[in-house]
Amino acid sequence: MKRLGLLAVILFGALLVYGTTDFPDWGDPSSPAATHLSPYYIQHSLHDTAVPNIVTAVLADYRGYDTMFETAVIFTAGLACLFLLRVFITPKETEASGLYRHRATGITLRIGQGGRLPLGTREFERIDSQWVPYDLIIRTACSLVLPFIQLFALYVVAHGHHSPGGGFQGGVIFGAALILFAISHNLRTTLKAMPEKRTNILTGTGVLIYVGTGVLCLLLGGQFLDYAALAGLLGVDPVMARSHGILIVEIGVAIAVMAVMVSLYYNLASAGHMDEGL
Amino acid sequence: MIWQLEFIILLLVVVCAFAALKVRDLLGAAVLFSIYSFLMCLLWAIMGAVDVAFTEASVGAGVSTVFFVAAVFRTTRRSRD
Amino acid sequence: MTTAGYINLIIAKYNYWIYIVLMCIGLWAMIAKRNLIKKIIGMNILQTAIILFYVSIATKKGATLPILGHHDAGHFVDYATVINPLPHVLMLTAIVVSVATLGVALALAMKIYNRYDTLEEDEIHARVRES
Repeated sequence: MKRLGLLAVILFGALLVYGTTDFPDWGDPSSPAATHLSPYYIQHSLHDTAVPNIVTAVLADYRGYDTMFETAVIFTAGLACLFLLRVFITPKETEASGLYRHRATGITLRIGQGGRLPLGTREFERIDSQWVPYDLIIRTACSLVLPFIQLFALYVVAHGHHSPGGGFQGGVIFGAALILFAISHNLRTTLKAMPEKRTNILTGTGVLIYVGTGVLCLLLGGQFLDYAALAGLLGVDPVMARSHGILIVEIGVAIAVMAVMVSLYYNLASAGHMDEGL
Repeated sequence: MIWQLEFIILLLVVVCAFAALKVRDLLGAAVLFSIYSFLMCLLWAIMGAVDVAFTEASVGAGVSTVFFVAAVFRTTRRSRD
Repeated sequence: MTTAGYINLIIAKYNYWIYIVLMCIGLWAMIAKRNLIKKIIGMNILQTAIILFYVSIATKKGATLPILGHHDAGHFVDYATVINPLPHVLMLTAIVVSVATLGVALALAMKIYNRYDTLEEDEIHARVRES
């Protein structure tokens, strides 16, 4: 099997190398890919949509229908991971049992079945069964960095019109900030800040914002995802309306991508149990 | 565009891809794959695809490495090939 | 073909050949590796190699980034001076979709590990036959 696979792969590679002889030279400005459709985008996008970053304009406006279904694919992947891994059986009596650490001394207590800490004690904190050392430096450093990462993510989403960036990148960075929080603290703290239910609702909300914008254009007399129809509603001229429409859609994409990234991490790191994680 | 720089990065990408598949430790494979993604991101930045490079830097080198580490944490680190 | 002709051919095409090597590494890992995580890494290498190929189609020698300045607003831009943005758009979404598929693939691998207690393909086959 191994030899056969290697042979097949080498044959495949040889055929591809033979195919490259018909290719245009690397970096040729007059190659077929550069001469048919893309000149229209390069020459008209700034005039049509008032967005200097051509990639953003093409992504969310000219090919908006395409991007809508890419968002739907991400939504479906998040859903599939949830269905595959999520375990809903949580034993009630083990809620209070587990390992606890005394904050001041670092002594670890094990609370068995049926046992519980005295109510109102703040000196103990629950820790994961796979022992994670308490690291003040990592926690403090991550807490200091986190707001800036989140602010940068919002900047990337909002400034996608003028610089590299947009909904996908901003959403992933925002999700990565929450994942960093989960790694530096623990999964339970993160689940308190960003419950699982909220990520699931946000995933749907993001796709809904995207599709809703399209349907709104339809209701206002334009075509599906033709943001120029929003001009009357936003009180601007049709060109600026397309620019604003791109921003609305990018925010939807960012919310969906952020929620899916966090949801995927929750499910993978805790194997669907949502109690102990990485 | 400096073609020597690009050529070196291309070779490094191939070496990292090969190493990620050859190493027996799955955690090491995940880290090598992260290096691979980051070099790929550099390559795209050189080629002028800034948006794609940005996406790869956040997705490939960041989040997907975390996913790999999480999966290795939940399964096993050992691999026979 | 003369020697200079061959050298020109190599300079014009060597990038494509390295992408093909990467693609072959990924495909070979998907076929021949027994470990499931290694297979998933191979799938990702194949994906990035294809994305690299598409991005390299977009390059133009001596062209600038596909972000226009405000001084370009009045007149039409010469398209040979700006890198082709269309493959970038297609590949940008492909990367994000690839991380989503990676999540699903890892979830499946974890389910298989929970059931059969191994990630090696041949051991899984043996255990499937046993039961």
